[in-house]
Amino acid sequence: MSFLKKSPWVLHYAATSCNGCDIELLACLTPLYDVERFGIVNTGNPKHADIFLVTGSVNEESRKVVENLYAQMPDPKVVVAIGACALSGGIFRDAYNVYGGIDQVIPVDVYVPGCAARPESIIDGIVRSLDILEQRAKERKRQRKMVAL
Amino acid sequence: MSNTTIVPFGPQHPVLPEPIHLDLELDDERVVQALPSIGYVHRGLELLAERHDFIEMANVAERICGICSFIHGQGYCQGIEQLMGVEVPPRAVYLRTIWGEISRIQSHLLWLGLSADALGYESLFQHSWRIREMLVDVIEETTGGRVIFGVCKVGGLRKNVDDAVLKAVRGRMRDIQTAFNEIADVFRQDPTVKKRTVGVGVLTAEDAHILGAVGPVLRGSGVAHDTRKLGYAAFGELDWEPVVEQEGDCYARCIVRVREIDQSFDIIAQCLDRMPAGEVEVSVKGKRPKGEAMFRLEQPRGEVCYYISADGKKNLARFRVRTPTFANIAPLVHMLKGCELADVPVIVLTIDPCVSCTER
Repeated sequence: MSFLKKSPWVLHYAATSCNGCDIELLACLTPLYDVERFGIVNTGNPKHADIFLVTGSVNEESRKVVENLYAQMPDPKVVVAIGACALSGGIFRDAYNVYGGIDQVIPVDVYVPGCAARPESIIDGIVRSLDILEQRAKERKRQRKMVAL
Repeated sequence: MSNTTIVPFGPQHPVLPEPIHLDLELDDERVVQALPSIGYVHRGLELLAERHDFIEMANVAERICGICSFIHGQGYCQGIEQLMGVEVPPRAVYLRTIWGEISRIQSHLLWLGLSADALGYESLFQHSWRIREMLVDVIEETTGGRVIFGVCKVGGLRKNVDDAVLKAVRGRMRDIQTAFNEIADVFRQDPTVKKRTVGVGVLTAEDAHILGAVGPVLRGSGVAHDTRKLGYAAFGELDWEPVVEQEGDCYARCIVRVREIDQSFDIIAQCLDRMPAGEVEVSVKGKRPKGEAMFRLEQPRGEVCYYISADGKKNLARFRVRTPTFANIAPLVHMLKGCELADVPVIVLTIDPCVSCTER
């Protein structure tokens, strides 16, 4: 990936997270790490977002919210699961109200490990997801052309 | 009947990093009633005490919340130590106090940034987090972690900190305090901040007391109540007084936190002056906790209570936490009555909601 054609906007949702990964994610936006230099902006509106960043595992209540937010995002979209809990449930996998990782509910493209995930690895995860996003955009364009023919 | 509208606030909202849901009943722009609903972060953490033994459980306790992680670990370990009758070496007690205060400063800076963001003051948000990042470096140097410290264990600490490192920490803390004082005046005097916060979300001392507010919300309403005055850890030997503001509005709560950051720098300096030498852990091999213990600590957000019940087995019989945000939700609902819709994010943020603590 040498350059990006568009600025990808991210949507963050803390599903059942302990806050640890959330504040590391916010730290990515602030001066030391500053992902905005890549054009990445944190938005509160799922309809404006390209990348869905989910921290924490899912429980009965947050499952519906995660599904809704994912459905509201326009195509093409990618999902990045951040932190041990989002991958598998982490330390809480045995708890009675935890279903497990985010991939139990929505398809996940990039997994970022760590408890809490470090800002460097979160940025790496987002950058990797950009490649997938671009591929999906190309694929979509090709399919549209086929339909037009 | 009446022509009120209901506006949902959350669970996914730009000013909230965490999910909490409020149903706001509005008459024009004025909030008539706010109904909170929680459960988005409930994991069933307390029941994990049955799955993990009491030594491992310290790691789970630390993950109740990622912002006040160290203080949760400290509270759990102190409760267990009290049950087992273990005396922790004085150096460990002082180091715990220092880390507790560092995490308080970190949490307050984080909050100041988020509240500035809720006011629409983006550059102040970025500055607060820039300074917080300097503090996180100190945490990383002394503990190895950025968010989850992982140094507290039953019987003391997992690692000692050299005197040379502590000397460097003293210098670094002085630099951070200087940097913080530059932005502290903005929170104190800036007309934009004042315009959004002065007189907004007023909670009188009487209401705060009746509704059971804790922490900066209570102290911002003029009640001098700070659990650190119980003298746990090293607080009994140090010289400090609770920070109190009288007005009870959002501005007062903001100023309480700004002044508490200064106070925490002072407490850390005092701890570094008196730092005892020696070991940082005692062996707890072969011992099992037995009986019941109740333990109270002061978190950045207020008073937190731990209840531990053990019957001499490897696993605890019951582990219960009562967290400050849960106590502050009732005052929040009271404050929201009669406020403007545009002020809702500011008022919600001034109780410093920590939802993952609340629901566990």
